[in-house]
Amino acid sequence: MMKKFGGPALFLDRSDINTDEIIPAKYLTEVTKEALKPYILEDLQIEGFDPKGDAVRRARVIVTRENFGCGSSREHAPWVFEVNEIHAVIAESYARIFRQNMFNGGMLAIELPKEEINRLFNMVGGGEVEIGIDLASGKITARAGKEREETFAFEISPFDKALVEAGGWVEFADQRY
Amino acid sequence: MGKTIAEKIFDSHLRDEPFPGTRVVDLDRVLCHEITTPIAIADLVWREKDRVFDRTKIKAVIDHVTPSKDSKTATQAKILRDWAKRHDLTDFFDIGRNGVCHALFPEKGFIRPGFTVIMGDSHTCTHGAFGAFAAGVGTTDLEVGILKGVCAFREPKTIRIDINGVLPAGTYAKDVILYVISRLGVNGATDRVIEFRGPVVDAMSMESRMTLCNMAIEAGGTSGICLPDTTTVDYLWPFIREEYENREEAIADFGKWHSDDDAEYERVLTIDVSDLTPQVTYDYKPDCVKPVNEMVGTPVDQVYIGTCTNGRIEDLRIAATILRGKKIADSVRGIVSPATPKIYNDALAEGIIQVFMEAGFCVTNPTCGACLGMSNGVLAEGEVCASTSNRNFPGRMGRGGMVHLMSPATAAASAIVGKIADPRTFTE
Ligand code: SF4
Repeated sequence: MMKKFGGPALFLDRSDINTDEIIPAKYLTEVTKEALKPYILEDLQIEGFDPKGDAVRRARVIVTRENFGCGSSREHAPWVFEVNEIHAVIAESYARIFRQNMFNGGMLAIELPKEEINRLFNMVGGGEVEIGIDLASGKITARAGKEREETFAFEISPFDKALVEAGGWVEFADQRY
Repeated sequence: MGKTIAEKIFDSHLRDEPFPGTRVVDLDRVLCHEITTPIAIADLVWREKDRVFDRTKIKAVIDHVTPSKDSKTATQAKILRDWAKRHDLTDFFDIGRNGVCHALFPEKGFIRPGFTVIMGDSHTCTHGAFGAFAAGVGTTDLEVGILKGVCAFREPKTIRIDINGVLPAGTYAKDVILYVISRLGVNGATDRVIEFRGPVVDAMSMESRMTLCNMAIEAGGTSGICLPDTTTVDYLWPFIREEYENREEAIADFGKWHSDDDAEYERVLTIDVSDLTPQVTYDYKPDCVKPVNEMVGTPVDQVYIGTCTNGRIEDLRIAATILRGKKIADSVRGIVSPATPKIYNDALAEGIIQVFMEAGFCVTNPTCGACLGMSNGVLAEGEVCASTSNRNFPGRMGRGGMVHLMSPATAAASAIVGKIADPRTFTE
């Protein structure tokens, strides 16, 4: 089953945010995804960022910079997003395993060029940014307040798209192999 | 056009190409440990697909937290243990026989040139030292690997790194790879295979090649890889002697996994290590690397020698050479974790364990231990560790702690001084 994408955006203004910052290693002892929920981004230190804050709780999309999700192979990183209903990340680039883990779970790891990521970050400050993602047309619509609206085109590989449509790699592989 | 070793391995294992550029390959090994596998098992059970594609090709170990430290880690171990038993896996390693996965599995002869290997662990790239394509994956990839014996990858593009010159005294594979990472950057090899070549690699032991490949992921690499040669065959000989008449035959056979001379590389980086000095990381990213002289004098609270990067017998020997007859500083907590029972045993037989103990080190059982701050050796806020491991991320060894990555020689020297120290002052 395909997941739902889009909603309020959480902006993480730093590159190289690693998996330990997304979900600290000490929580890897959990054996269910649900149990990870409260610990999302717990060790991430960016000025003005509060992992327990409202913005994190409301977020359905993450917007960030380069090499997001580097470090460990732990799928706990996409899971902690999944159980917090964050099904899409938009970044300049990703670490390979993290990106694959997102698509394997039927979620989106969208890449946009630096200028467009900048354009998204420029919308911060005008109230909550609401992001709509249309997989079929490859279009992202970002709205801040009533006036401001920006659109972006994105591409994902046909394989990644097939994974998202199937609901993940287990479903895809199970039908095919 | 010729092919690289990674391309040859992909070609020979190709199961499917569902879309251009996506390669689904058959797997020779699916390796499992108790941190990332239990959720895959739980999901398979939930889907009513609790099966394994081949019980002889899946290998499992409890290594990250062992002995279990609390009910939660005991549960993780139990899930893996019960599953291994339920499916009658031919190889499962529990207390008494367990060790750090990337040291244990090669030692058991499980990895061969030309193999495809996945594991739910980012440092799976270590196994590329044998001329295998070995990649860390997430739990879903692991789950599909367990169930179907396949994994999907993009077309492997390769960065070739030619390592020339002669390694100076006091520098080791760890210094080389730290230097390489500083040159590539933490995502300089993302989605790429790193092929390590050149006379310095040719002269390296399998242990050193594993150290090199182990940290390919710290530059974002999918797999590190070395071409199989005489050294590879000598290491594997006890496991392959039935398959070949003699070593020469094995060497010739493994030659099919050599990259062609006209293979296409995305990038070739040539470095000369003749003037290399010991390297140390200084911040929270593995590409923040400085020569040791710029770090000398930094006080450390703990020194950790072990892990899948540098917990092998060669590493313990190097550290022991420096520690022999010396005491570590009063202000330092020294911890050494031999990576496998065999390494522990060899170190005992060679008197190395005694050297560590007399110097004031605590010797733990084989385990990942302090490396990831999940069980023993956790740092307190503000504390500093000189470590032979591979990651220095914030919080890696405990919240608010700082980890400086370095070779076993530099770590041993730092333990004696109580501050980051240049190992060459002890060896010359
Ligand atoms: S020793 Fe450290 S890096 Fe290696 S497998 Fe264990 S936790 Fe991971």
